[in-house]
Amino acid sequence: MASKLLLSRLRTLAKPTHHRFINPTPIFTLKYQTLVHSRPYSDAPQPPPIDSKPPSINGDNPLKNKKISSSLNQTELAKFSAIAETWWDAEGPFKPLHVMNPTRLAFIRSTLCRHFGKDPNCAKPFEGLKFVDVGCGGGILSEPLARMGATVTGIDAVEKNIKIAQLHADLDPGTSSIEYLCTTAEKLVEDQRKFDAVLALEVIEHVADHAEFCKSLSALTVSNGATVISTINRSMRAYATAIVVAEYILNWLPRGTHQWSSFLTPEELVLILQRASISVQEMAGFVYNPLIGKWSLFDDIGVNFIVYGTKDSE
Amino acid sequence: MYLSRARKVTWRWEGRVVLGRITPKVYAWRFDWRTFCSDTSGKLLGSNSNQATTELLDKQDSTNDVPQYDVAIVGGGMVGMALACSLASMPLTKHLNVAIIDSNPALMSRDCIKKEDPPDPRVSTVTPATISFFGGMGAWQYVQLHRHAFFDRMQVWDYTGLGYTRYSARDVDKEVLGCVVENKVLQRSLLSCMEDSDSQKRIYPSRLSSMTLNLSSSLSGSDNISSQPRTSLAKLNLSSGNSLYAKLVVGADGSKSHVRELAGIRTTGWKYPQNAIICTVEHTEDNWCAWQRFLRSGPIALLPMGGKYSNIVWTMDPKEAADRKLMNEADFLKAVNEALDNGHGPRPQSDVTSGGGLFSWLKADKASSANEPFEVPPKITKLASDRMVFPLSLMHANTYVSKRVVLIGDAAHTVHPLAGQGVNMGFGDACSLSRVIAEGVSVGSDIGEVSLLKRYESERKAANIAMMAVLDGFQKAYSIDFGPLNLLRAAAFHGVNYISPLKRNIISYASGEQRVPLFS
Ligand SMILES: Cc1cc2nc3c(=O)[nH]c(=O)nc-3n(C[C@H](O)[C@H](O)[C@H](O)COP(=O)(O)OP(=O)(O)OC[C@H]3O[C@@H](n4cnc5c(N)ncnc54)[C@H](O)[C@@H]3O)c2cc1C
Ligand SMILES: C[S@@+](CC[C@H](N)C(=O)[O-])C[C@H]1O[C@@H](n2cnc3c(N)ncnc32)[C@H](O)[C@@H]1O
Repeated sequence: MASKLLLSRLRTLAKPTHHRFINPTPIFTLKYQTLVHSRPYSDAPQPPPIDSKPPSINGDNPLKNKKISSSLNQTELAKFSAIAETWWDAEGPFKPLHVMNPTRLAFIRSTLCRHFGKDPNCAKPFEGLKFVDVGCGGGILSEPLARMGATVTGIDAVEKNIKIAQLHADLDPGTSSIEYLCTTAEKLVEDQRKFDAVLALEVIEHVADHAEFCKSLSALTVSNGATVISTINRSMRAYATAIVVAEYILNWLPRGTHQWSSFLTPEELVLILQRASISVQEMAGFVYNPLIGKWSLFDDIGVNFIVYGTKDSE
Repeated sequence: MYLSRARKVTWRWEGRVVLGRITPKVYAWRFDWRTFCSDTSGKLLGSNSNQATTELLDKQDSTNDVPQYDVAIVGGGMVGMALACSLASMPLTKHLNVAIIDSNPALMSRDCIKKEDPPDPRVSTVTPATISFFGGMGAWQYVQLHRHAFFDRMQVWDYTGLGYTRYSARDVDKEVLGCVVENKVLQRSLLSCMEDSDSQKRIYPSRLSSMTLNLSSSLSGSDNISSQPRTSLAKLNLSSGNSLYAKLVVGADGSKSHVRELAGIRTTGWKYPQNAIICTVEHTEDNWCAWQRFLRSGPIALLPMGGKYSNIVWTMDPKEAADRKLMNEADFLKAVNEALDNGHGPRPQSDVTSGGGLFSWLKADKASSANEPFEVPPKITKLASDRMVFPLSLMHANTYVSKRVVLIGDAAHTVHPLAGQGVNMGFGDACSLSRVIAEGVSVGSDIGEVSLLKRYESERKAANIAMMAVLDGFQKAYSIDFGPLNLLRAAAFHGVNYISPLKRNIISYASGEQRVPLFS
């Protein structure tokens, strides 16, 4: 009975007209996590059908070149491409990213100010530093980083995302200097680009090969530079429940599209990064509090976590 | 209390052994937003104003390319200027490019305010919270150059003679209960403080005539509607013909706010069937106490203005107010003295210390000032200014924010001047908003974003509504004259005088600490 009620609640919430969440029940935790970490999802009207052709990167098919496309997961990319228009709708499918943005940026500000010896009381502490935002999507993270003074390069494998990001950044003189490129981390490595800090937030769970991806991130980082990664914790029970509910009961998503194995535990991520010459320095968990509608950082890294590491000097 | 509190980020950490030899530190990371806007105190500004970058722009200055600002403050009244000052004083916000739009000549005039002139009748009773806000941004030192009157005692009583209450700063371990300052002094101090800061501020001596908000943030589809540059910023058109763009438009344009209207924000409110007469008066003795007596027709307050001057705020029915404004000085002074002491009813008895009686059970917990006898307020001997009449009303904006627009001060809420809280609520808004903007800057937010501004709203709305409810309740309790109610009122006075925690709460609340009296 109770669970039936819960499900019908979930179904109602899933309607796009219910973007304003007034009733603070723990259900939202499920919904948010589901949205951020697996499938940004939208109900009717359905996005235009995604043709099976993978999104093209700078004209050529990334699949042709096995070496530089190691991180691409086509199913994942098609999904982001389908809802690219909604990146900046604060109440849309990417709402969870918008809501958690101040919290994760506070972590980034704090750790990177310390890393680079910058004054945290300054409005633009990252002035003079080159950052790359890998898997930037619509630029939700890139824009604040640019306002904080960083010279930002935002890259994403989905061309549509990059277009949206560019259009949006041009609206504000403070962000119009961001360099947006439709490319992959591997390709940037080939181009021998280097950055003081490399950030990949909520991306690693969408890539095909975690270890290769982390190696590319490391290769993009200057020696003694910084890396910041955030992702979902696989070992989270409640989250497992959310996936099952979303995928199998509500039929939000085609069955089997979740790659459960794509999610990492903090321990695994630390190890993978270590192998890629990045030493994890700090880690914090994010907890969404449905009562106040905010994310906060916690010692409980069970749900969603953010990691800051330094690139070992060669 | 706003800015002086120590800010800290708490890092509690717990070592966790992860996979053998790799041991990352796992932190409990609780972020205190205020971290980033703490450093406002300790900055003492020199009196040299040679770094002032404030510029006055007028018609001739208008060019074809429309200037862009981070913040456009519409209304350079006390509250709008306080926001400008606060932004200029914080390390995270001082770089912001701020425009102030107001045709009020006070922003332009550089005549000095003479201490010898009798005080202006438009005054504000600023609370300790406001004083520390001003202190934090370096504006209080300018106030101190002018006339200002601290008071550490307050006496409240009514015409029935059944009770009275004396408040003392000692009861709440404070030096003062408040300070009475002329509005023009507050405004000038804020202006000087802002000019002496090394921040970018521009004053447009003009009025806002219209505003364009680009509400649809849709990024898809073609966008060749106009030749205007594509922007999501708000565009303001001024009566001078100038236009400007801003990321954030602050409506600090008073109770009839045009910004509020243009943003389509509705209000809830009502008029009280009462007007207030205000004026400056003289008496023979010095006065360092704030007095308030409740009469049948409404309260009369006598606020110390320093030395032999005091300020009168007298609330009454509009017809009576019109009569009293016009009557000759001698008759008016007689009426004032009757209202303050020897008319309308007996003086309360001072023998409350004798124990026994109706309210003796309330005495258990004594405030130190509870034993003080009733005092007679100073006798008014001279009128020292014109008499001004203001209608009283209560108004509250249904929301304080919308995309790229935020309301502060009287634009968001208007109360009647009964407890001298009006402008203090506005200063609380300015303090909170500047802090929220600093938070936004610290994490690279677009400062016009609703989600950021909502944080200001949720902080202030609750505080303002609580204060308005208290003031409205006060007003209602004293505008009805039923026998039994008088007794209740007297009980309230006696109660307040003797139950010191309660009394402490009332003083704390009235002095700007955010707790609702009676319910906390
Ligand atoms: C009789 C009386 C006594 C009071 N006594 C006290 C007291 O003792 N203590 C207390 O705390 N409060 C008191 N108040 C309340 C206090 O005066 C107000 O709360 C305070 O003035 C509000 O300040 P503000 O800056 O929000 O608005 P205002 O002081 O009203 O300033 C608004 C400014 O906006 C400008 N403006 C308006 N429209 C436009 C436009 N379209 N374009 C550009 N500029 C515009 C105006 O020129 C003005 O300078 C009293 C009020 C009254 C009526
Ligand atoms: C959940 S979004 C996160 C967006 C952004 N980092 C943020 O946190 O706001 C994941 C993004 O990663 C992109 N992406 C997925 N795999 C990628 C890959 N291998 N290389 C580059 N981008 C990728 C997707 O297109 C999508 O925009």
